[in-house]
Amino acid sequence: MATNILEVNMYRYNPEEDKFPYIKQYQIEKPAKDIMVLDLLHLLKEQDESISYRRSCREGVCGSDGMNINGKNGLACITPISSVLKKNKIELRPLPGLPVIRDLVVDMTEFYAQYEKIKPFLQNSTTAPEQERLQSPEDRDKLDGLYECILCACCSTSCPSFWWNPDKFLGPAALLQAYRFLADTRDLKTNERLEDLSDPFSVYRCHGIMNCVNVCPKGLNPNKAIGKIKTMLLKDKKEIITTDGAMN
Amino acid sequence: MTNYNSSNIKTLEFDALIIGGGGSGMRASLELAKSGLKTAVVSKVFPTRSHTVSAQGGITCSIQSADPNDDWRWHMYDTVKGADYIGDQDAIEYLCSEGPKAVFELEHMGLPFSRFENGRIYQRPFGGQSKDYGKGGQAARTCAAADRTGHALLHTLYQNNVKEGTNFLNEWFAVDIVKNAKNEVTGVIAFSIEYGEVAYLKAQSTVMATGGAGRIYASTTNALINTGDGLAMALRAGYPAQDMEMWQFHPTGIYGAGSLVTEGCRGEGGYLINKDGERFMERYAPNVKDLAGRDVVARSMVLEILEGRGCGENNDHIYLKLDHLGADVLNAKLPGICELSRTFAHVDPIYEPIPVVPTCHYMMGGTPTNINGQAFNRIDGTDSIIPGLFAAGEAACVSVHGANRLGGNSLLDLVVFGRATGMFIQEDLKSGGGVKSADKDDIDNALDRLNTLNNSGSGYETAEVKKELQQCMQNYFGVFRRGEYMKKGLDELQEIREKVNQLHLKDKSNAFNTSRVEAIELQNLFEVAEATAIAAYSRDESRGAHARDDFPDRDDERWLCHSLYDPLSKTVSKRDVNFNPSEVEAFPPIVRTY
Repeated sequence: MATNILEVNMYRYNPEEDKFPYIKQYQIEKPAKDIMVLDLLHLLKEQDESISYRRSCREGVCGSDGMNINGKNGLACITPISSVLKKNKIELRPLPGLPVIRDLVVDMTEFYAQYEKIKPFLQNSTTAPEQERLQSPEDRDKLDGLYECILCACCSTSCPSFWWNPDKFLGPAALLQAYRFLADTRDLKTNERLEDLSDPFSVYRCHGIMNCVNVCPKGLNPNKAIGKIKTMLLKDKKEIITTDGAMN
Repeated sequence: MTNYNSSNIKTLEFDALIIGGGGSGMRASLELAKSGLKTAVVSKVFPTRSHTVSAQGGITCSIQSADPNDDWRWHMYDTVKGADYIGDQDAIEYLCSEGPKAVFELEHMGLPFSRFENGRIYQRPFGGQSKDYGKGGQAARTCAAADRTGHALLHTLYQNNVKEGTNFLNEWFAVDIVKNAKNEVTGVIAFSIEYGEVAYLKAQSTVMATGGAGRIYASTTNALINTGDGLAMALRAGYPAQDMEMWQFHPTGIYGAGSLVTEGCRGEGGYLINKDGERFMERYAPNVKDLAGRDVVARSMVLEILEGRGCGENNDHIYLKLDHLGADVLNAKLPGICELSRTFAHVDPIYEPIPVVPTCHYMMGGTPTNINGQAFNRIDGTDSIIPGLFAAGEAACVSVHGANRLGGNSLLDLVVFGRATGMFIQEDLKSGGGVKSADKDDIDNALDRLNTLNNSGSGYETAEVKKELQQCMQNYFGVFRRGEYMKKGLDELQEIREKVNQLHLKDKSNAFNTSRVEAIELQNLFEVAEATAIAAYSRDESRGAHARDDFPDRDDERWLCHSLYDPLSKTVSKRDVNFNPSEVEAFPPIVRTY
């Protein structure tokens, strides 16, 4: 194939027209400068308006355009084509393990349901002060690497344990957020949160495969957070409360 | 395709309907969910994909953390001055005085603010901030969660809506307003993007929290979804828009990519340099230099470029220098910026300056509202509330930003007025307010546009017409404007209007048909662009973000007022600015220097 032509193999499926999904091949002139996979999708959509994918911020902060790019999950908007091209070819598929609605768009209901299960909100029933609750910079630092999650689902949909038990294993994204609230000195429901995680599936189906760490487009480490949850589950819960108690 | 009409679509009924799941929409919905009213948030994307997520530097508010003597009145003074005196002072007073309460609430909800050593919320300096009414030097008033404040805020609001059990219609797209014979708003026509199902979402109160429309320009910091849907729906329904000529060009969008680089960079000590390495803002704003108002900094940058002192091969951008701050500060305070620069500018700010250029960022104008979020029309020279219609956030013009918004004031606007709108609707509906119903014809009328598009057999392609529109706005209605060029732009817009009216939707399928969404979004962009162009051509003076080559001075005698665009006659009238705050003396207009 000529070196100035890109071959894009895209997973296509329209439930109203197609009995089965199929791979459609597109050929497109290689852009003069390096562009992101999302820009490539825009160019292809100008050729074929039936292509469907999600996108919003186009700068890697909203988490809309997670997809499987040449076999690895990532965000299309911050993946330069130069970093994924193999012999001028690129393969685009929807995130694995979730039902496909159409083309590169997956049904994320199950993913969001797991997120909601961990009660992803601060719980503190003490009377709120007039001003903010205090938190030392050191305590606030404990949230770094956790709160930045953009819910793109790249991690959970790359996790074999999540593929196997998407209803019972919470998956790396939800567990990262579970730890975000366990680690927050302002949250007072540590015991209850740990109790909710103590069944054989929610956390313990993580076998440290590390795909989540490998694909996270924000450079976060769900595996480390899961390890910390496991440690907390092993410790005496009362002890955790006294050492991690809020400043007020 | 079959034509939709009132008898073949279903009706979903709510007390309150919020269109848009960004900061203002979810702050309003949180208030309403707690009240027990039947509320739904309609969002064309999953809520945490809304553009609030991209806000970086922070939320400006006098919470007296960095400075225990800070005063919301100083914040008010700065905001009035930043707005070049056409912000409504009653609304600005409400914004600044209610602000601390709204920010502390966010903290109580769990927002992971950065902290000072004493455990209080971290605040950084931003442009246009002063102590003691401009006499006490630079203030540090912007509350931050590193440089990901919008992300932290949006996720916190979503999380608390989950906690309160808010009803979300995610990936539903609102098409047009349904209004009855009395000109009251009774909800919207919308469709599920996932399945294509069309419905009449009926409500007693409908809140447009649809954000901005930065995509009318070719170069913008805005997300692809910022297409002014709510404002366009209101315009099509015949309701006015205010101050549409006022578009903020952010000084530091990444050259070539458009991604925002927060003003917080300059707040933390970064500065702009030209090709000679000169810190040129010392010439344009000798006192506060790089922390002047955004309009002032953006214009200075463009002048540097026009005078041949731009950077790069083509002398067409400016450098933002951060390396002198050191790796520790950059990693701790500006980690997101480092990431964006590496990805989109291919430079590491720890070692090299970031190439930046003024980029369309924020719509100061919008649907005019009072501080309760109630939208109004102008009838015989007086404001007349539109029953059933509300707006909040960037979609609204309440107006707290006037001719130029200060950095960090948009997040405050979202939470303060999202909250105020939610509180008002709650009271209003409990005391028997709200609108009743529309009849069949009203619903059918609102389905027109969708039916026309669905039945299009030939015509123009969305992507092409969109590019034409964006280039037209970029060429004729950018940082500097001139009458003769704008006239040319207006003529071009007339041609584009024809094409927008004849878009061809080739793909008629129902499941996740993003082409249908994009065609309607383009029609929305057009409405906003046209309002912008006509308002910009009308205001023959320079004020705030509206800079005219041919009328370089501010003209308080003729233009110390809002512009009000009437979509039916396509004309602009004037509306008085509010100079009646309740607790403080009004700030009279003075010459605006930094």
